[in-house]
Amino acid sequence: MQLAIFIIFAILCIFGSILVITLRSAVSSAIALVFVMCVIAGLFALVGALFVAALQVIVYAGAVMVLFLFIIMLLNLKEELISEDDKKFTRFLGIVLGTAFLFELAFFVRTALMRGSEALYEPVPKTLSSIAVISSELFTKFLFPFELTSVLLLIAIVGAILLAKKKNEK
Amino acid sequence: MDTLDIILTIVKVLVIFGGLMLMVAYMTLFERRVVAWIQNRIGPNRVGPNGILQPIADAIKLLTKEDVLPAGANKIIFSLAPTITFIPALLTIAVVPVSSSLTLFGRNITMVISDMNIGILYILAVSSIGVYGIILGGWASNSKYPLLGGIRSTAQMISYEVSMGLALVGLLMIAGTFSMTEIVNQQSSIIKWFVFRQPLGFILFAICALAETNRIPFDLPEAESELVGGYNTEYSSMKFAMFFMAEYAHIIAVSAIITTLYFGGWQGPILPPIIWFLIKVGFFLFAFVWIRGTLPRFRYDQLMRFGWLILLPLALLNILLTGIFMVL
Repeated sequence: MQLAIFIIFAILCIFGSILVITLRSAVSSAIALVFVMCVIAGLFALVGALFVAALQVIVYAGAVMVLFLFIIMLLNLKEELISEDDKKFTRFLGIVLGTAFLFELAFFVRTALMRGSEALYEPVPKTLSSIAVISSELFTKFLFPFELTSVLLLIAIVGAILLAKKKNEK
Repeated sequence: MDTLDIILTIVKVLVIFGGLMLMVAYMTLFERRVVAWIQNRIGPNRVGPNGILQPIADAIKLLTKEDVLPAGANKIIFSLAPTITFIPALLTIAVVPVSSSLTLFGRNITMVISDMNIGILYILAVSSIGVYGIILGGWASNSKYPLLGGIRSTAQMISYEVSMGLALVGLLMIAGTFSMTEIVNQQSSIIKWFVFRQPLGFILFAICALAETNRIPFDLPEAESELVGGYNTEYSSMKFAMFFMAEYAHIIAVSAIITTLYFGGWQGPILPPIIWFLIKVGFFLFAFVWIRGTLPRFRYDQLMRFGWLILLPLALLNILLTGIFMVL
């Protein structure tokens, strides 16, 4: 049962990911990405990490991607906006990153196979998935990276306001 | 989980969603009748006694109408958008406990489809997906007014989602749990209702929830006088109906959530719990229609200013006050 659900989600996830990179229009691509994120949330829920699943949907599918779509629609991006030079460069970059990612993936698949296929959907222990545990870890062990992230977000907010103001003054 | 559990879950899903769909159908009639009553009219009363068959007549009319696809519209997304709006509106009800748990044949049956320990987060997550239907419907129509409506609605929903989440934080601090069942259990008597322990939080949540449902006074995405019909201008037939069913399902879901979080859910004396639940939900449904019948629409800049400069600081203040009271 669990394996069947895992396989369905995995296939949907791969299918969606392929759509993200193959679809021509930016909006369709973004929708496919939203779909992939929801499926990943499903995978999180499958292993019992409901909190992470909910956050995945709220933050990525709900907030980040809505803004993405919003901007794509406002700019009304067309298909042939990327010039030929850019295409060559992105192709080169894509090959390098893709190869690196493939090795990474091979490594993970190997570790997963060594632990047996149950490892794919093994429930996360309750002691690790509860909100209380995650938050106490976040505020003790990972306090420094956590604070650093908040500073980063603050910088982004200030930057956004600055950019918006500049345009108004001109 | 054995077979009986799975069958039970399926039965619960069928009963609760079936009930919700029935309520959606009759909400249309209810709204028209109540608004008519507020405006000193009679409202639909021709189809069946007191117009009781009106929703069925409406459904038949909408199903048999021509389904128009605008020229240059993105066919797939255009067809998908109403569904994307409708399904999240239905899904929110899954974590709302509609009655107390029942013991049947030595089995404890909870009257909620899924009693997950992150119920409130689930509601926020699902409702954040709903905005896609509107924005995509507006974009895929390949038309000016729907696009403007879609963009407006996105900006509005993002703005008010922030305040909605923060308004709930105060309640969560007191309750100490995300589980809807737990929250209902904590409100066993009227004095313990969260509306009295979190009055400001309740008002903020109710306003934000109203804004999330895109209804008057927050119905700028479909302001007739400015945008023809907003994001659903190009829609016809059943797709158009789906947008409206989504709106009504959303209203019912929001009423159920407000009842559960702030008004003790199914808790109440003498009458059976499910009746109490329906009475409370019914009251909020009436309040929604009442608000629609009495208030004018916001102007767009007023809406944004209200959301960011009034609601958001008040929500933060609510968290601060709750924290202070909890420490004292």
